[in-house]
Amino acid sequence: MSHPILAAYDLKKSYGRGQNRFDALKGVTLEIFAGESVAIVGKSGSGKSTLMHLLALLDKPSTGTVQLGGSDTATLRGKRLNETRNKTFGFVFQQFFLTPGASVLENVVLPLKIAGVGSRGRKQRGHAALERLELDDKARSKANALSGGQKQRAVIARALVNDPRIIFADEPTGNLDSATGAIVEDILFGLNRDQGITLIIVTHDEDLAERCDRRIYIRDGLVVSEEARVAA
Amino acid sequence: MRAIDVVGSAIGNSFRSRLRTTLTVLAIFIGAFTLTITNGLGTGINAYITDTVASIGASDVMTVTKVSADAKATGPQEYSPDQITSRAAAGPGSTTVAAITPADLTTIAAIDGVTSVEPSLSVTPDYVTTGTSKKYRLGLGSAVAGVHLQLAAGSQLDQKAAQLQIALPVSFVTPLGFTSSADAIGTTVQIGVSNPAGTVNVLNATVVAVSEASLGSSGNATANTALTQALYDASTSGLSTAQKESYSEAVVRFDPSSTDAQVTALKDHLTSAGFTGQTVADEIGTFKSVIDAIVLVLNAFAVIALLAASFGIVNTLLMSVQERTREIGLMKAMGMGAGRIFGLFSIEAAFIGFLGSAIGAGIAMIVGSVVSTALSGALFANLPGLTLIAFTPVSIITIILIVMAIAFLAGTLPAWRAARQDPIESLRYE
Repeated sequence: MSHPILAAYDLKKSYGRGQNRFDALKGVTLEIFAGESVAIVGKSGSGKSTLMHLLALLDKPSTGTVQLGGSDTATLRGKRLNETRNKTFGFVFQQFFLTPGASVLENVVLPLKIAGVGSRGRKQRGHAALERLELDDKARSKANALSGGQKQRAVIARALVNDPRIIFADEPTGNLDSATGAIVEDILFGLNRDQGITLIIVTHDEDLAERCDRRIYIRDGLVVSEEARVAA
Repeated sequence: MRAIDVVGSAIGNSFRSRLRTTLTVLAIFIGAFTLTITNGLGTGINAYITDTVASIGASDVMTVTKVSADAKATGPQEYSPDQITSRAAAGPGSTTVAAITPADLTTIAAIDGVTSVEPSLSVTPDYVTTGTSKKYRLGLGSAVAGVHLQLAAGSQLDQKAAQLQIALPVSFVTPLGFTSSADAIGTTVQIGVSNPAGTVNVLNATVVAVSEASLGSSGNATANTALTQALYDASTSGLSTAQKESYSEAVVRFDPSSTDAQVTALKDHLTSAGFTGQTVADEIGTFKSVIDAIVLVLNAFAVIALLAASFGIVNTLLMSVQERTREIGLMKAMGMGAGRIFGLFSIEAAFIGFLGSAIGAGIAMIVGSVVSTALSGALFANLPGLTLIAFTPVSIITIILIVMAIAFLAGTLPAWRAARQDPIESLRYE
């Protein structure tokens, strides 16, 4: 097997000191390979969000290493860390985090703007991403004028626009009704299947987790079990 | 993120909460408006004084007096028969200086930098009359060549003419029985001047100009060289040559293209030769520094208003940072650096400052022009040529830049807060 695209070795993360010390992660080791879809499953407080933040390089582990494409990420700092995050990851959050007053297109091209892409390039790639999610007709609408499903599609377009290798989805269907949720799921797994984008879904929803290639169960800061989907 | 996108986003963000931005801009507007008006006052009054310099004396001219040998000693000064009590300097109290003799004039002429030197003839006529009118007391301003009068009618005095010419102040027109300023031009007036023996000599002079009252020549008539000389001769008739040829001050001309350093050097030369030289600019300087001090105090009030407004900016942006916590977190998660986030908010502050100051300065210019036009027709009608509030592009740009700098400084606290925000904290929702 090739190198894992993203790997964690004996990750520990604790908050606070002394009496107030809280160990969110107590030694997690996992490897994720390119093109996989992986579900990180756990109840709230299990440490799954902390794990995602560490994997997405939003936070530094207390001990242990996170490797991206085989190299240690602890050496990444400042500008290079920001660039890596910008180019490698796409984020889909439960609560969308769209800027309500701005247009859908403006919201979608935010990662490109941060990357320093010129305004013409931004427009072009923004429309392309919206087209892939069949949302191009809403490009000029204000973000708060969209329905929940449309919002989540806009968020996926934003995650896609910079051609990331990995998409992190944190409870992507948590705020959607089951019909809309199913559509959003189909889109995410379609991207994973057709474009080989690695998908890491953080959820407590068993049905969503079932659709992933692999499920990693987290409880009290430890991996309790890992199971692969039975090959069809 | 490109710098232009940071600026664009910052400007866009400032319009997101319109009411809040408007109120903050309004607070800055008040400060910028006041600052522009007070600065305009200073500019206007100082410009007026500078214009008036030409009517007080030419710029290439220096008034020279001789320092009495014991001028520096404190206590009662020993009497010297050479002393002259100068009355040339208008103002309370007269100064006692040593007389300048023809020998002194030769000394001065030899000093490096002096183009020419002539004695300043100080004459105090007794009266002026048209012959049919009553006799009025007459003050006579020093007639230095190059003096440029602000005229109500007529033309400038001809200093080289042999004709005895006089420029009457506008306040003499009606008392002397003329119907208008123009009516006085070309008429002959009689000037009485008495000599030390008490004999009154009467000279006829032609009125060639009627001068406006201004700071430089309020209430004084101005005579040309020929008339001054004639009046001086009449007032000193009967005196010995030595007495005649002893003057309270002399007028030195120097190269008009002299730099400030050269003028200072000339003054130093004069000082070491025992004389004191004073240019018109020196005399005006005192005037200007008073105006500058007043403007400075007024500006201080405007700056206080701006400081109050800057706390408004701090408040506005802190609220904005609070509101946009998640957006900031998201941008950081997407790889936006802390420096750029800082830039985003501090530029937003600077932009709010720009809006307030540009609008404030613009409206102040309109209001200032209207007010100053209205006042110059009414309250300051007897100070023609005075633009009370004047604006220069440099001062307006300076004000806008200063306000923007203050706004930028005010924005640094909220911007710093935004920049150091933890993306995870900002995005946490569990």
